[in-house]
Amino acid sequence: MARVYIFKRFERFWHWAQAALIILMLVTGFETHGTYVLFGWETAGKLHTTAAWTLIVLWLFAIFWHFTTGEWKQYIPTTKNIVAVMAYYSVGIFTGATHPFRVTQLSKHNPLQRLAYLMVKIIINPVIWVSGLLYLYYNDLGVSKIAGIAGLKLGSIALVHTGAAFMMLAFLIGHVYLVTTGHTPLAHIKAMITGWEDLDDRKSNRRRMAPARKESA
Amino acid sequence: MGTGKFMVVIMASMLLIHTVYAASDPASEKLLKSTSDHSKFEALQQDFSSGPEVTKACLTCHTEASKQLHLTQHWTWEFLNPDGQRLGKKNVINNFCTSVASNYASCTTCHIGYGWKDDKFDFTSEINVDCLICHDSTGNYRKQPGLAGNVVTKPMEIPPGSGNMVKPIDLKKIAQAVAKTSRDNCGACHFFGGGGDGVKHGDMDSSLASPDKALDVHMDATGINFACATCHMTEGHQVPGSRYAPTAQDKGGAHLRGKEYTTNPTTCQSCHGQAPHKANAKLNDHTNMVACQTCHIPAFARGGVPTKMSWDWSTAGKMGPDGKPLIRKDAKGHLVYTAAKGDFVLAENVVPEYLWFNGKVKYTLFGDKVEKSSQPTRINHFEGAADDGKSLIWPVKIMHGKQPYDSVNKSLVVLHMAGNDDTAFWTNFNWERAIATGMASVGAPFSGKVDFLETESTWPITHMVAPAKDALHCRDCHAAGGRLEKVSGIYIPGRASDHARWLDGAGWAIAALTLLGVLLHGLGRVIVSRRHK
Repeated sequence: MARVYIFKRFERFWHWAQAALIILMLVTGFETHGTYVLFGWETAGKLHTTAAWTLIVLWLFAIFWHFTTGEWKQYIPTTKNIVAVMAYYSVGIFTGATHPFRVTQLSKHNPLQRLAYLMVKIIINPVIWVSGLLYLYYNDLGVSKIAGIAGLKLGSIALVHTGAAFMMLAFLIGHVYLVTTGHTPLAHIKAMITGWEDLDDRKSNRRRMAPARKESA
Repeated sequence: MGTGKFMVVIMASMLLIHTVYAASDPASEKLLKSTSDHSKFEALQQDFSSGPEVTKACLTCHTEASKQLHLTQHWTWEFLNPDGQRLGKKNVINNFCTSVASNYASCTTCHIGYGWKDDKFDFTSEINVDCLICHDSTGNYRKQPGLAGNVVTKPMEIPPGSGNMVKPIDLKKIAQAVAKTSRDNCGACHFFGGGGDGVKHGDMDSSLASPDKALDVHMDATGINFACATCHMTEGHQVPGSRYAPTAQDKGGAHLRGKEYTTNPTTCQSCHGQAPHKANAKLNDHTNMVACQTCHIPAFARGGVPTKMSWDWSTAGKMGPDGKPLIRKDAKGHLVYTAAKGDFVLAENVVPEYLWFNGKVKYTLFGDKVEKSSQPTRINHFEGAADDGKSLIWPVKIMHGKQPYDSVNKSLVVLHMAGNDDTAFWTNFNWERAIATGMASVGAPFSGKVDFLETESTWPITHMVAPAKDALHCRDCHAAGGRLEKVSGIYIPGRASDHARWLDGAGWAIAALTLLGVLLHGLGRVIVSRRHK
């Protein structure tokens, strides 16, 4: 079976650490929001804040990593084949078609993934990050004397932060499900754990979708 | 020399050696903190036959004392509100015993003076200032009710005809033992405001005479043992920290020695500063919104003495089966009904109510129009708002009353409550006559029609500060239906009523639809793959 090494060690660490932190922050975040009682408000708040700082540090490393390795290019959106991929998820997947996209080291995300992850990176994450820091430092906003920040109301900050949290939650649900849509239900998750993705050996309509540069083991 | 004599000599010499030794070691001498021993003062070597005589003696050394006291609310019972309202005990009609006017001799038992028996009292009299009520250290100084603040110096029957003989107090002994004002001195009046132990304030009662740490972390009798004056730091007999002119928000730091301050030295911040929480710094982010008292006084009336939460005058005057004024007590023996006063609701460990307070208190005064309505008339109310930059969220006691008023003239009334005459309510139980006398005493018109008005008064909660471990927890307010549920104008994380419903609705709907979508998609895949097999 053909294999391709697509997720390097740091990337896997980053992904799983981020996954754990985001899930912890969703759980503690909705508790501080008042949706349920689990850890107790004070503990939930403290966990949320600690996880936030950990995630910020992790993001700083991840951003550094993306730019130094050139991996950021993996998230450049493309419309090429996007219709085919959409067709696959809505029809092909039920008819036994193979995925129209072939994973390589240089192009490990299909066009839909590229778009989805890009949205997470440039919309959801920054909104959560900025609104979260404003939330955390709400008391010092007045001191900042920066117009547009000094007068912010906690209610508005919380509204944006909560809205972004719902977006993250929806992403998480979709993301966790789509993990199972590899050529076997565990193919993708295995790749994220070991770094190696098994490629689908079936030959059907893949050839016409194959990327220009192919690097497979 | 006999053996007995010998022993005496031996013992005497031992005593002498001891004395000589002690005298030769000044380090072991106990330091007297005061430079004066009042028992050695010549002016106090006399048998005083009245309070003013004692004051006269005090003034021979403390020449300016009375002049200082004349400037205090303790003396004038009057306070001019910044907005012009004339307040103070002398003027306000409250929803406890209602008014001082027409009841001077009884109420002025708690005046720091002698002889305020009617509205002709001479407020310029220096010898009528009562030094001992605040400086007695013996615990024997008593002012008996009904004597206009005078003390008993000859055996006396109080009230007259009751057969209750009151022994005279030894003014000489008391005067020779004067000391700094203690909790007991202040407490003699302030613990008993409203006509009994703990009645009025809720955060001040006799349990504070010698409290443990759990009741009051500062006054803890076996701990740092604060006197009232440790916070109410007087200067020239002026006592700061009056509830008539409270400091709702102190934005200053902790006071330093040697620096001049014009701000209230009674606030928490004047010692603790603005960022007192070291272990959990996030708590400091609350100090611009929440008064220290809100978290640090989790409940009032915590010392075992109940406070009155409501007082219904309208039921007063009932006679028991024996024809005598009816009295009812609760299981703990506390009065819950007396013919003289009506029905009470008492409570201990009371969770305060919370509101924005900017330091301004507005009163409904005698002469103001009052109207019976679905809302109680506010005898006073605290002003404040989330966004006025001056308010903090404060804990308060709300006292509910139902008290007589003139239903034709729409006016609160002066009640003639106490007195040995045939109109005083407490002896005759007749509203019309008691009010007619009361109103006449202040020259106010009275229609003769009496009805009962629901009233409400607000009292700041600021004493009985609990140790940090007993302070409120986050969840007490950061929750739906928490303690601050009714406080508006502020976003409290965790308080459900602050949520944008559309956002929570849409957010959960999107999450649920996403979940439903992927489940259906997955189900489709499962079905298809089974068919293929």
